[in-house]
Amino acid sequence: MSGVMKRMGMIFRAKANKALDRAEDPRETLDYSYQKQLELLQKVRRGVADVATSRKRLELQLNQLQQQSSKLEDQGRKALALGREDLAREALSRRAALQQQVTDLESQHQTLQGEEEKLTLAAQRLQAKVDAFRTKKETIKATYTAAQAQTRIGEAFSGISEEMGDVGLAIQRAEDKTAQLQARAGAIDELLASGALDDPSGMAKDDIQAELDRLSGGTDVELELQRMKAELAGGSSDQRQAIEGGTGQGQNQSQPQDTPRFDKQ
Amino acid sequence: MIVRIMGEGQVRLDDTHVTELNKLDDELLAEMEHGDEAGFRRTLTALLEEVRRLGAPLPDDSLEPSELILPSPDASLEEVREMLSGDGLIPG
Repeated sequence: MSGVMKRMGMIFRAKANKALDRAEDPRETLDYSYQKQLELLQKVRRGVADVATSRKRLELQLNQLQQQSSKLEDQGRKALALGREDLAREALSRRAALQQQVTDLESQHQTLQGEEEKLTLAAQRLQAKVDAFRTKKETIKATYTAAQAQTRIGEAFSGISEEMGDVGLAIQRAEDKTAQLQARAGAIDELLASGALDDPSGMAKDDIQAELDRLSGGTDVELELQRMKAELAGGSSDQRQAIEGGTGQGQNQSQPQDTPRFDKQ
Repeated sequence: MIVRIMGEGQVRLDDTHVTELNKLDDELLAEMEHGDEAGFRRTLTALLEEVRRLGAPLPDDSLEPSELILPSPDASLEEVREMLSGDGLIPG
């Protein structure tokens, strides 16, 4: 059958087993099983003790019966000595009845002894089995714990591999963010350069400084032009000095020619 | 055997009825796989009626595992398909 009914039933059972598997810790089950075995062993031992007690009781009864039997034998002997054969007959017949009881009890004693030996042997075997189970249980528990750890490691690894897609996304997000920051930095640079934003670090130039720089830059160009013209005209260094002196009043003579008069910040 | 009709309860069915119920059950599966909603509804109703007719209802307080399970009478084809695929009836 492979219809809907069967398949639904199978799924139900599989799920129920899974739920049970989850709920049941095999280590606890093993401990419980060991506990049960110990209880069983205890019962067997108690059984051995009970049988032994019965055996002892039978032995006591046998002793008593044998004492009575001996006593009746003595009485029969004395009665015969006294010429009382009837009394001796009575004593001997009682003794015979006792002897029958003794035989029965001896047979019971033998049976009990056999039972006791069997039970003792069973208890010893069970003890050995329980001891072996205890060792095995501890091994299984350790193996299970190790397997559980191994599974956790496996799960951790598989979890990581499953998350690789997410890692890819995270990298993408980081790249996007970097690009966004770069774009923002670029925009801020432009805004600072245009003077629309104040630069708190003081690295950017204000509008006055920018104008001064522009002017000084222009002056430098003019100076350079004049110097080149003078060179082409084959003028002396004095002439060049004169030219420079003319444009750069108050300028220190030892300063290099191309040094701008305003330090660039 | 014990059959559960979801949302309704359990019935005890004689094993001899299984063969005839099986035909309807196989039809139901085929209709579900082919997406025949009308056929699915018709067969499911027929199957449930047969199970109710042939089976003896179990008391509500009885606790016996069901060997077979049937969808509830109002279950849609899509719902049953959902139950039989992926994570099954109970998630997790």
